[in-house]
Amino acid sequence: MGAISQFLHAIPVDLLIIQTVNGIVTGMILALVASGLTLIFGIMDVVNFAHGELFMLGAYMGVIAFAATGNFWLALVLAALIIGLFGAALQIVTLRPLIGRDPLNTILATFGISLVLQNYALWQFGPVARKISEPISAEFTLFYLQYPWYRIVIALLSAAIIGCLWLFLKFNKFGVWIRATTQDRVMAQAMGIPVPLVYTGVFALGAAMAAASGVLFAPFGGVDYSMGLQWVLEAFIVVVVGGMGNLGGSIVAAIFISLLEAYAAVWLDPSQAVIASFVVLILTLLFRPTGLFATPK
Amino acid sequence: MTATPIDKTMPLANARLSHTTVFWIGFCAVMALLIAAPLLLPQFWSGFLTECLIWGLLAMSSDLLIGYTGMVSFGHSAFFGLGMYGAAGALILVSPPNLWLAIVFGLAGAAGAALCVAYFSTRLRDIYFAITTLIFAQIFYVIIFTWTAVTGGENGLIFDRPHFTIPFLVNVSFNSKTMHWFVLAVVAGSYLFLRRVTRSPFGMVLQSIRENEARTRAIGYPVERYKIVSVMLSGLFAGLAGVLYAVQKEFAAPDFVYFITSGDTVIYNVIGGIGTLAGPIVGAGFFQLLRQLMSEWFGDQFPYLIPLGIIFIAIIIFLPQGLLGFARRWLNR
Amino acid sequence: MSDTAQSAEPLVRVDDVHTYYGKSHILHGVSLQVAPGEVVGLLGRNGVGKSTTLKTIMGLVQPTQGSVRFGGNAITGLPPHKLARMGIGYVPEDRRIFRLLTVMENLRTGLDRNGVTEERRKTLLDKVFAYFPVLAERRGQAGGTLSGGEQQMLAIARAMMLEPRIILLDEPTEGLMPRMVSQIQRIIEALNNEGMSILLVEQNVPLTLAASQRVYIMEKGSVRHHCAASEIDVNDAVIKQYLGV
Repeated sequence: MGAISQFLHAIPVDLLIIQTVNGIVTGMILALVASGLTLIFGIMDVVNFAHGELFMLGAYMGVIAFAATGNFWLALVLAALIIGLFGAALQIVTLRPLIGRDPLNTILATFGISLVLQNYALWQFGPVARKISEPISAEFTLFYLQYPWYRIVIALLSAAIIGCLWLFLKFNKFGVWIRATTQDRVMAQAMGIPVPLVYTGVFALGAAMAAASGVLFAPFGGVDYSMGLQWVLEAFIVVVVGGMGNLGGSIVAAIFISLLEAYAAVWLDPSQAVIASFVVLILTLLFRPTGLFATPK
Repeated sequence: MTATPIDKTMPLANARLSHTTVFWIGFCAVMALLIAAPLLLPQFWSGFLTECLIWGLLAMSSDLLIGYTGMVSFGHSAFFGLGMYGAAGALILVSPPNLWLAIVFGLAGAAGAALCVAYFSTRLRDIYFAITTLIFAQIFYVIIFTWTAVTGGENGLIFDRPHFTIPFLVNVSFNSKTMHWFVLAVVAGSYLFLRRVTRSPFGMVLQSIRENEARTRAIGYPVERYKIVSVMLSGLFAGLAGVLYAVQKEFAAPDFVYFITSGDTVIYNVIGGIGTLAGPIVGAGFFQLLRQLMSEWFGDQFPYLIPLGIIFIAIIIFLPQGLLGFARRWLNR
Repeated sequence: MSDTAQSAEPLVRVDDVHTYYGKSHILHGVSLQVAPGEVVGLLGRNGVGKSTTLKTIMGLVQPTQGSVRFGGNAITGLPPHKLARMGIGYVPEDRRIFRLLTVMENLRTGLDRNGVTEERRKTLLDKVFAYFPVLAERRGQAGGTLSGGEQQMLAIARAMMLEPRIILLDEPTEGLMPRMVSQIQRIIEALNNEGMSILLVEQNVPLTLAASQRVYIMEKGSVRHHCAASEIDVNDAVIKQYLGV
């Protein structure tokens, strides 16, 4: 008994609760990134290596638009729109010519895109991280911390954006096209759905969502050219653990992975905490390769 | 990718010379040039060439997976890095530093990493395999980066170059020329070995896995075992490249275990032409040369990866057989 | 009947089409025609290229040689989605229902086109629900949960949403119960009575002969024989050999 109570005593309850809140907040942003990735995967059977770079460019675009307009929320919308359009252009120039070729080509091409974008950002914006101030400065007390309301707002906003995406996919004409193309692209074409356009549209949508997540994350994480790799890796993990192409699964997995890393960070160095999610991924691939929350197709 | 082994399928214009003859003539000519290079080139470019050969070996090892088995590895930095740190371990711990021991340690390190990846690769395909290799490489990177007591962390390890020894016969220290010849001998030997492997029945099975994994399994080949062996082979040669690099540069640094090394390896392959073994060496040389020239022309800060990345994408779209494949087709026309 | 069909401007005209899958030569110069309002049967053993012929017309497979014309225009090389919008409906062999989409959403894939008024949508839906009352009952159900026969109905109904001038119907009775088979046959007749052309690929020879005005018989990737459906004598040894009956 003594040992157990001693053990329970050693658990830093307050820290764990703080990390739970942190984990959910990052989890919601991650869910936003991952839902774009999973949407693109579902439709093109391709994991977009450049997704992290779209996140990073979105964040930079947010910093620039914020400096120009002074309004964070306007900057958010502008960044999402610009990166969305940019994503469409990127898809048309580099990925559309590869449709119908071995998927290997597309994987490699998106890797090339990420390389170019990352080095462009380094060249254009320099190696020093940029930060923008949080648009909401109010805070509330969480144990010994003054916790910013902004983070709570981010989590809610991410949830709202994902909710809108769901409604769009469910009811909108283009949403039905996306789901039909995801299931059977040949039959979708035979039903008059302009599949090349759907591809471009989905890529643009995914890019816009990545950009929006980047802007939301910018105030508390800072923006630098190399942030893409970490985010795309985490989003990969989420997408695989949640089941490739499964939107609901991705959201649950995003929160699960973020919580796990947040708890691991209580005891480990943050760079080592990442390994916790790597381990989850490897276990998933071994035992449930279709994802933890897979619905059979 | 459409990367059939071009040697076999394309008839030569000059039908009187058999393929094998043409190959050996070409091979000897290239070897002669590479052997003569340190005598003709200024010191800097000679060292540069040595380095290109090492990158070429790394690229070639990865081609065995990308080009022949159809699996893209984004984790070759792990094999390369463990080869490097394995060699470093041998050179630091054992006195006097011994070249062969460095190679054995390096290969053992790379084999350990390859075993991890190989175990998983038997179950994974396509993008899953690519991501898993990337993530394994990141795990090794984090371990090497944070385990400062053993690996020196961010600063890496520094050591002395071993002598070239053959027990009771030779014991000479390397200079830049002999280092070049040693590297050349290892790379050329590896090339011939891998070429032999890819043309053996074993290599044919790997190619049929690339073309149609399900059918290969249906015919009765144990696809998993073939994949394990190909990942192990690939990892060993990547580790060998790491050993050579450590011996040439006399240091081991975590930067080489980072994703960028893996990414560069993939680029060498695509630029040079996957599924050709020699192509990736050409690709590595092309990449390093462009990088070097651009930093000389436009300064050290020039983001050389932007133009190189664009070339990379263009090659995927327009020249899926890479520079070597394109050159061969052009020559055969 | 066959004479008049021949002399009118054909709705679909396939001319000497050669098609490859990778390196295997599937169609060796197929030519056929379908007149407006005509039901044409395409018969032959398994693997002679009947389905590939339909796919080639639909633009799902690109011929390396030869041409396809539709309504007087060359359509070779056009993407399938354009052909669908021009008025070619396709009901593939394995039905290819969007399994995770509801029945209603499956129908929407063909309905959500430009220029379909709300009124027109309603008329079209009412029409297919009159043909297939069971689909109306199951409109909210996922396509994958329907029975085989219901999926076949949905596949036909879905193609009808495009208001096509011709439907390419690939093995519509494959694996269905006899009751369903006769129902499909009635649907074919009903569609034809509305003036729709149908190019029918079927293993069921009696059904094809009863439903079609003309038939083509294929062997090894080309058309070996064509005549009015009424002229076919199933007991003829040569015909028997072609059809494998």
